[in-house]
Amino acid sequence: MDRKQCCVKLSVQPSRGLMDEKFIVLVQNALPGSQLTIRALHQCEDGHSWEAFGHYTADTTGTINVSEDPSIRGTYSGVEQMGLLWSLRPIPGSKPGLRMRKKNIQTPMEVTISVYQGHQTEGFADLVPLSGVVVERWYMAPGVRRIPVTEGGLTAALFLPLGPGPFPGLLDLYGLGGELVEYRAALLASHGFASMAIDYLTSKFTIETGKMVDRQYFETAYRVLQQHPQVCKSRIAMIGLSFGTSITLKMAIYSEIIKLSAAVCISGTHVQPVDGSVEEILRFPYKNVGKTRFSEKDEVICRDLMLPIPTDPSLKADVGRLQCPLLLLVGEDDQNWPTQESALNIKEMMAQAGNSHLLTVLSYPNAGHLIEPPYTPHTRSSNFRPAGMPEKVMCLWGGQTVEHSRAQEDAWKKILVFLRENLYGDRNPTLFSHL
Amino acid sequence: MSVLRCFSFSRGALWCVTRPHLQECTPTSRRLLSAMTQVVPPILSVTPSRALVDEKFKVLVENLPPGCPVTVRSLHHSEDKDDWEAYGHYVSDHSGVVSVSEDLSYGGTYTGKEPMGLLWSMRPVPGSRPGLRLRKMNVCTPMLVTVSVHSGHEGFRDQAPLASVLTERWYMAPGIRRININEQGVQGTLFIPPGPGPFPGLLDMWGGGGGLLESRAALLASHGYVSLALDYLGFDQESENLEFKYFETAFNIIKDHPQVMPDRVGIFGLSLGSLVAVTLAAYSTIVKPCCIVCISCNHYYPARGSTVTSKFEGVTRQLSKARVNEDNQVIWKDVALEFITDPSNIAEVGRINCPTLLVNGCDDQNWPTVETAEDVARLMREAGKEHLLSRLAYPDTGHLIEPPFSPHFRATTFVMRSSKEKVILLWGGQTKPHSDAQEDSWRKILSFLQFHLYCSPNLKAKI
Repeated sequence: MDRKQCCVKLSVQPSRGLMDEKFIVLVQNALPGSQLTIRALHQCEDGHSWEAFGHYTADTTGTINVSEDPSIRGTYSGVEQMGLLWSLRPIPGSKPGLRMRKKNIQTPMEVTISVYQGHQTEGFADLVPLSGVVVERWYMAPGVRRIPVTEGGLTAALFLPLGPGPFPGLLDLYGLGGELVEYRAALLASHGFASMAIDYLTSKFTIETGKMVDRQYFETAYRVLQQHPQVCKSRIAMIGLSFGTSITLKMAIYSEIIKLSAAVCISGTHVQPVDGSVEEILRFPYKNVGKTRFSEKDEVICRDLMLPIPTDPSLKADVGRLQCPLLLLVGEDDQNWPTQESALNIKEMMAQAGNSHLLTVLSYPNAGHLIEPPYTPHTRSSNFRPAGMPEKVMCLWGGQTVEHSRAQEDAWKKILVFLRENLYGDRNPTLFSHL
Repeated sequence: MSVLRCFSFSRGALWCVTRPHLQECTPTSRRLLSAMTQVVPPILSVTPSRALVDEKFKVLVENLPPGCPVTVRSLHHSEDKDDWEAYGHYVSDHSGVVSVSEDLSYGGTYTGKEPMGLLWSMRPVPGSRPGLRLRKMNVCTPMLVTVSVHSGHEGFRDQAPLASVLTERWYMAPGIRRININEQGVQGTLFIPPGPGPFPGLLDMWGGGGGLLESRAALLASHGYVSLALDYLGFDQESENLEFKYFETAFNIIKDHPQVMPDRVGIFGLSLGSLVAVTLAAYSTIVKPCCIVCISCNHYYPARGSTVTSKFEGVTRQLSKARVNEDNQVIWKDVALEFITDPSNIAEVGRINCPTLLVNGCDDQNWPTVETAEDVARLMREAGKEHLLSRLAYPDTGHLIEPPFSPHFRATTFVMRSSKEKVILLWGGQTKPHSDAQEDSWRKILSFLQFHLYCSPNLKAKI
């Protein structure tokens, strides 16, 4: 046994973290100046393996600190504290179009981080690492409870923080893929928000009746959330991605029942038939299906289906009527929806209406459509089947990995600050003048 | 309106808090305060929320009114179904923040700037049975601690908490394997770190309290050592030779494990366990530990030819003459001191040939570990082995020096093995210095083990 190999110590702190927490990867006791590869390996729920790696050189004390030292090359380069997570990609030989999404959020994502002799780029499975550790990444903080919600015909899951509360509430909507996507809501609950993830395309109701839900479904979700004894009735926000944005804007502006304290719209558009049902809003872009384009790799580009941004006010949610703060997140390389053009138009409309003080736009160059919680891999394109459609298509979402990953990290931080300010903040400064 | 005492904060600013105590608020402000707390609670966070038991955390309360008196409290429901708690009284700054890592606690189970006070100052809640000791027997699950923030200082328990969070404290890092060992007559639990190895190994033994405690071995594995928590008191070995063989076999089980570096196996013992460590290192012709760690060292080794177990029973029988103080706590130290003054009663520690670390508390009331450490130093010096010895002695620290942030027990219930009599044994130590000693000694123990088991000086010379 080569003694010097046995000395290398690898540690990751914390070894159990939340999905949005940073970690410090440290290699110690290596030979000074030696070339080492640090690699992350994760097997996701559907059995596919993902890996990331960086090439490093140990310093004169035999140490590598991933948060301070540059990776010379690999799936990421430069000083990238979290590169081993956000640059994860399917191992060579995997089928194309994969997307990493955790379904069971009550168990952690397990990542094995190992250090290898030399600068390796492939064939890791056949190499024996010098050292390896297992890291757990959790969507749910300890004490967060998951409560399935079926009241009022809903297909939803409520994530409640521990404690007496009352907590501000959040309605969490994903896009056209349907199904109950829980991970973001679970993570938001870990930050103190009672968050309800809602399935509105493949709900029990839709499966059984074949009919699409409408406004009442979301109003029911709002009511159910409001009525929970540990939820603060007057502090409820909505967060939507992609088509979830269309719903969020519709409810924020037009619902008599839903009164939001704040709205977060990620990669969305305000373009929708104002008097349309949810179903009509969903079908609206397909009128222009002829405008679908294809990349050189035959990936589907949908962004033109809603362009140009209409001038007809009946085809755009009237953002001038918004009464709550709105945070808009834009990936400038969004190939799926015309997010950037919509954001510009929303800005104009609100400036004209005089409520632009409510608007914050965060626009990220070279970020794509799927702006997700940080340190999860960037998906530039994937096999996607919109709910109700028979076929999967290879959809181009857009974005360049490095910039998209930075965008995810920044966006998440700012989303949390925005939600905290608007849902936890003191909205009545005079309250404390007596104290 | 009362003026709270002036304190100089760690940032150097003198701050005179003129805010009234909650109970002394005017009805209006009290209503406003409780109205606010009904609408939106403060934000409490513990970071990291999941950690190893020897890792620090940061407890932060935000979104409070400025200058607000609050109590931060920790609560743990033990495996024995007792409740343990700690708490500190704080006052929020003008941005509405209390930071347990940065701010002073004005009172409670700890005072001053104590980031981890909510753990190490834990004690059984009022009304609990006396003489309790906190030990986690199932190391596969974390220790769950609920941290909460309450209004006010005095009488904080009278109202429901404003906010609470749960934090997990783990003995086992992710990926550690726990394996029951029952081979060649040896019983214990083996913990193996994740990764290819090979790893250094450790034989881990607790003291005369009995039962198999896995917590320290699991934690050592989390630091990269293949560790065997050895069960050795449950068996009535027939003879000293057979018993010695038991320990040697246990050591070899580690040494021969395919993932262990055979010349990098050490021994870690506390109290009676340290006697095993010392005698193996001094007398065994079969096992050669790479280094040994002895906490609250015991070198009492009379009547060659009897087992450690029977020696221990003999000792405890003799200790029935021990002094009992006004609190009905039994002090073994003084009687035991008589035993070890006879040189024929002690192990020949001058025969030890490996690096040895002795850790003891100067207020140890259970065993004369101060005198023992002095004696070991003298004997090793006389044998020319002084260069192998390192010592750590901590003032106001007792017998049970455990991994950091575990609560200090000055005296706990102890069941005498033979007579089944229950007594309250005085271990000694004062909570704050004892907790500081646990934190400091653990760090130094880990660095000692790292030095001798991971990277020996020989190796460095070769490079």
